[in-house]
Amino acid sequence: MYGGQPQTIKVVLLGEGRVGKTSLAQRYVRSSFNEGQAATVQAAFFTKAVRVQGQEIEVALWDTAGQEKFHSLGPIYYRDAHAALLVFDITDTDSFKRVKRWVDELHAMAGERCQLVIAANKQDLQHRSVSEEEAQEFAASQGAAYFQTSAKTGLGLEELFTALLSSVLDSLKDQRLHAAQGMQTTGRRHGGLVVASQDSISERKSSTCC
Amino acid sequence: MDTDYDAIVLGTGLKECIISGLLSVDGLKVLHIDRNNYYGGDSASLNLVQLWERFRPGQTPPKSLGSSRDYNVDMVPKFLMANGNLVKVLVHTDVVKYLEFKSVDGSYVVNKSRMEKVPATDMEALRSPLLGLLEKNRVRKFLSYIQKWDPSNPAPQGGLDLQRMSMAELYKYYAVNEMTVDFIGHALALHTNDQYMHQPAAPTAEKIKLYYTSLTRFEGTKSPYIYPMYGLGELPQAFARLSAVYGGTYMLAKPDAKVVYEGGKAVGVTSENETAKAKLVVGDPSYFPDKVRKTSQVVRAMCLMSHPIPNTDNSHSVQIILPQKQVNRKSDIYVFCCSYSHNVAPKDKWIAFVSTTVETSNPEQELSSGLALLGVIDEKFVEVSDLYEPLSDGKQDKCFISRGYDATSHFETTANDVLDMYQRIQGRPLDLSEKDPSKTQTT
Repeated sequence: MYGGQPQTIKVVLLGEGRVGKTSLAQRYVRSSFNEGQAATVQAAFFTKAVRVQGQEIEVALWDTAGQEKFHSLGPIYYRDAHAALLVFDITDTDSFKRVKRWVDELHAMAGERCQLVIAANKQDLQHRSVSEEEAQEFAASQGAAYFQTSAKTGLGLEELFTALLSSVLDSLKDQRLHAAQGMQTTGRRHGGLVVASQDSISERKSSTCC
Repeated sequence: MDTDYDAIVLGTGLKECIISGLLSVDGLKVLHIDRNNYYGGDSASLNLVQLWERFRPGQTPPKSLGSSRDYNVDMVPKFLMANGNLVKVLVHTDVVKYLEFKSVDGSYVVNKSRMEKVPATDMEALRSPLLGLLEKNRVRKFLSYIQKWDPSNPAPQGGLDLQRMSMAELYKYYAVNEMTVDFIGHALALHTNDQYMHQPAAPTAEKIKLYYTSLTRFEGTKSPYIYPMYGLGELPQAFARLSAVYGGTYMLAKPDAKVVYEGGKAVGVTSENETAKAKLVVGDPSYFPDKVRKTSQVVRAMCLMSHPIPNTDNSHSVQIILPQKQVNRKSDIYVFCCSYSHNVAPKDKWIAFVSTTVETSNPEQELSSGLALLGVIDEKFVEVSDLYEPLSDGKQDKCFISRGYDATSHFETTANDVLDMYQRIQGRPLDLSEKDPSKTQTT
């Protein structure tokens, strides 16, 4: 928590092209925004203010901006991510097969405490080709939470994000406890500057580790 | 890849990524290619494994250094002036939201072999052992004139015409002594040598103003410098992301990427038997070997250490300037240090860089007075890089080539080169007063 500012939680979207990453983000974020708030073509960074476990939180949701297409997502994308939302399309077996590659990528690039959630997307479609059992089993083997979602109908999204944010908050509490006991923690440290605009003269005085 | 683009950018160094981002925001269809499988080109930050691959191929880093991925070692170490042009570009494009910055703890200058804190405020100037009592008064008058001087007004101010008089004449007018001249010219105006003395005073006065506005930009900072968490390699990636968000296409690991010319004009880029066409090609000098000339060389030593630099009040990040006269050279030596506090090394590890413009045939030896300040060094890597500049401005051959990264300790020359390239490509200057003109992001 940055001196009264809400805790920011960074969530990165991962998955092959066309699985519905951007749609999921827009669906989740838009529903909480004013109806008039139009999503734009180039949006690749969404923020949403929510209340979880009685705490004000700002969710910063990062979309790949197409950089996954030629495997050119740099380390900055994964930097300090509290959670990764890995998406596949239940009608596209390849997109599921490649989820494994994204999990490996995540282990290499993100911190150990990054929470992993897998979304089996496009539940609104009839012709599913990835079996429910197989997908659940895979998620369990990776220690990932698993949700069935549809960006089109909104199915499963509130549940997914509520669970995701709760597990991030639990993990952060755990880390603070460890930090208080003098153990080293990962992730963002202290006292970053807010380089927001030319006239901002402020510095985050201190922050608990998150 | 067989598609038409408005612009193809070669190399993902900081300058190329900023240009790529700006052009994409302007609505151009951009293809951005790098021969390496990582972002940053010459301005990347490397982890331990990458560092060893580059400098000690076939060997592995010692276990005592800790985890490879905890390291982000800059290949071109520089700080950002808090109120400088790079920060203005970061704010203008809203790229700051992808980054986190922290101020740099200290700024020192070497005077008569002693390390002295650069006086940052009037109060510090009064206490500073750098200046004698009478000299303090003269310096205060000089600085107060500069602070009031308005660079946007070309007329003489307070009876002095800084557009016409040289900096040497201005120093003389305030009767400041030689030591003060050294300190103002090198530690505040950040000149790398003394050529500025006989040039008009105005540009130097602006540099001094930049130092002070940078110092006061954020509350409670002890230096005018800021530096990104995880190292400078974050900057090109953040601008690359901006470019991608506005439709730019990214392809890394294209080792054979080559410019295609027709009738002396660049018309595209070829790689792996595919050709992408474009109206213009932008890139770093390494992609245009026939269109650049070598201007000078920079030598840099990267040192991994387990302690802060001695006599810097245990600073976790610091800059030390050794003005040329103090070390009997033509150009200054810069020492730059950062550590785990900026997430560029594991806990209790520091990375120190010593750099200068090469003047002799033994470049490493030229760094010795800087290296001597560091204390025990665990590992040291020395690199000499050639600096290139483009032979032409690109208007005829449609090749817009950046200059190499010079020995300066901050990004002002880098940002100026980018702004100049942008103007040459788009035919108009970038208006930094407007913030994110297209305003298409939902934040």
